[in-house]
Amino acid sequence: MSAAPATTPLLAVRGVRAAYGKIEALKGVDIEINAGEIVALIGANGAGKSTLMMTIFGRPRARAGTIEYDGHDITGVPTHEIARLRIAQSPEGRRIFPRMSVAENLQMGADATECTDAEREAGLERVFALFPRLKERIAQRGGTLSGGEQQMLAIGRALMSRPRLLMLDEPSLGLAPLIARQIFDAIRTLNRQDGLTVLIVEQNANHALKLAHRGYVMVNGLITLTGTGGELLQRPEIRAAYLEGGRHG
Amino acid sequence: MSATSARPSHAAQPSGSAFIVKKALISALVALVLFSLMIGVRTEAGPQGGLIYWTRFGDLAALVGTVFGGSIIVELLRQWWGPVDKDSIVPKPVQSAISFAGRWLAPALLVFAVLVPVIFYDQRYILDLSILVLTYVMLGWGLNVVVGLAGLLDLGYVAFYAVGAYSYALLATNFGLSFWVCLPLAGILAAFWGVLLGFPVLRLRGDYLAIVTLAFGEIIRLVIINWQSLTGGPNGVSGIPRPTMFGIPLDNSDNGLAARLGIEFSPTHRLVFLFYLILAMALLTNWVTIRLRRLPIGRAWEALREDEVACRALGINTTTTKLTAFATGAMFGGFAGAFFATRQGFISPESFTFQESALVLAIVVLGGMGSQLGVALSALAMIGGFELFRGFDQYRMLVFGIAMVLLMIWRPRGLIGHRAPTVYLERNQSISSDLVKEGHG
Repeated sequence: MSAAPATTPLLAVRGVRAAYGKIEALKGVDIEINAGEIVALIGANGAGKSTLMMTIFGRPRARAGTIEYDGHDITGVPTHEIARLRIAQSPEGRRIFPRMSVAENLQMGADATECTDAEREAGLERVFALFPRLKERIAQRGGTLSGGEQQMLAIGRALMSRPRLLMLDEPSLGLAPLIARQIFDAIRTLNRQDGLTVLIVEQNANHALKLAHRGYVMVNGLITLTGTGGELLQRPEIRAAYLEGGRHG
Repeated sequence: MSATSARPSHAAQPSGSAFIVKKALISALVALVLFSLMIGVRTEAGPQGGLIYWTRFGDLAALVGTVFGGSIIVELLRQWWGPVDKDSIVPKPVQSAISFAGRWLAPALLVFAVLVPVIFYDQRYILDLSILVLTYVMLGWGLNVVVGLAGLLDLGYVAFYAVGAYSYALLATNFGLSFWVCLPLAGILAAFWGVLLGFPVLRLRGDYLAIVTLAFGEIIRLVIINWQSLTGGPNGVSGIPRPTMFGIPLDNSDNGLAARLGIEFSPTHRLVFLFYLILAMALLTNWVTIRLRRLPIGRAWEALREDEVACRALGINTTTTKLTAFATGAMFGGFAGAFFATRQGFISPESFTFQESALVLAIVVLGGMGSQLGVALSALAMIGGFELFRGFDQYRMLVFGIAMVLLMIWRPRGLIGHRAPTVYLERNQSISSDLVKEGHG
């Protein structure tokens, strides 16, 4: 646990349960994310990774347990108010606004949190520095972008709300390996240069664990393993379950 | 959604003559099944009350043949002019001419609209018709906020039109309030009903929302019919005061506008006044909508239309976003209703049937959802066109049906499907969104 400083975590999820109707998706989950960390959450399909991320964001609501963010209890707080606390989310499947231009998509990210023009400009510059491709395509409709560009736009849109905690759901989904690497590089840059705290949900365990300081492994709505990214990568059960045939080293 | 895919390849499009014949045969078969009972067998009550029937296989064969031939022609036309081959058919100069016309169409239309009472001063019929068209333009623009921008399919828009009309009619006849006091009240009341409708349907989308709004429209109409003591039931409300020009009545009396100006009285004065009134109200609707689109709330409406989940992920309060869309659209419907009441002088539930909702929705969809100019053009075409075909009363629904089918084949996003972005960051944009084709999905 070398990367974890001994302070109160930025986000603490304790004993959280959540369900869709009668199907319980989270069965008492505990995770902690310290400020400045990249934390990876890995697991198979249907393990509850995305649900955990969405529950942190208020929908579906936690049926039990507490979620604390920066000292506030945000369990049961409406989603739009959580966003105002500078938690941003890039949902699974990118979900950019296809008929709106790149500029409008980015502006949508800034709209939810009242920000000054200067802050908006600074945010745009940061996004364009990370993803110069978006600047080239600024007037294009979101739907006309390639998959990788759409993912860049989704992350850029989330960044426009100037978050302290960025939650990314499967940012490498459906992307060519080279593009996925660019996305992961951008996340690393954001973490190192801006001190952004990142929670990344991934199926691409190899990439995610190499990027992350720490990782959690989720199985059937429960956290079964935790450790630093390097430690988890060495575990035989992880390698068997998630890295079969994957490159390692 | 194939948003990322390249343009559809031509090879993928079935185009051989075998395909066309097969399609025509299927159409002919459907026609045969449909028409064999509708046309092929004619039944009538005989003199003794018994059923007599005879067959008309000749007519049936002719109709099926027409469908077969028509299907081939439509398919051939589609292949020549269809959306797939648009670029190769329309030459460059024509394209630039169209875009030039597009840029000047809106200002030209506006100037023309302002001049209508001057040009057609003597033609009462045209003045009446233009007032009607403008009313529908305003209704279309109002509904455009809900359907076009926020993407909430509302089949009961006429309810707000009715609320506005009855608000003015009842407040004016019972309390003697003037049009200018009632106009904002009608808007507020309609907006209130918009919010009231909005609350139960917050969780609904698409088809389900359409059904509930449809029912809402009917509920309002049924309440109006049955609440005899207040609304007069099916008899309606009559003797609704005409609007005054800020207190000056437009009539034959001594303190009327004509007498004060020392000119001869003419009933046309009132028509001209009504024309400019509805023009101003419609333009206000347009202006407000355009302004709202550039504000965060308007952007949130459009984002909501695109992807509700993404909106929530961005921390947009989808509840207030939906309710404001409903309220804003309803408010404009209420304004238009108040205008309708004062123009007619008499209102009854018959004016607020589902047909009206459908008509306004058709105007919005055909015009291109979200496009202000498109909605205005299609209101002009629909209402004006309806009048144009008044002579061929029997066929006008047929003509409009065909026109709608053709429009949806060639311009599936409506007359003006293009959407102008509202956020600009750089002046020197090298790639315009128009030049990049969006995958159809």
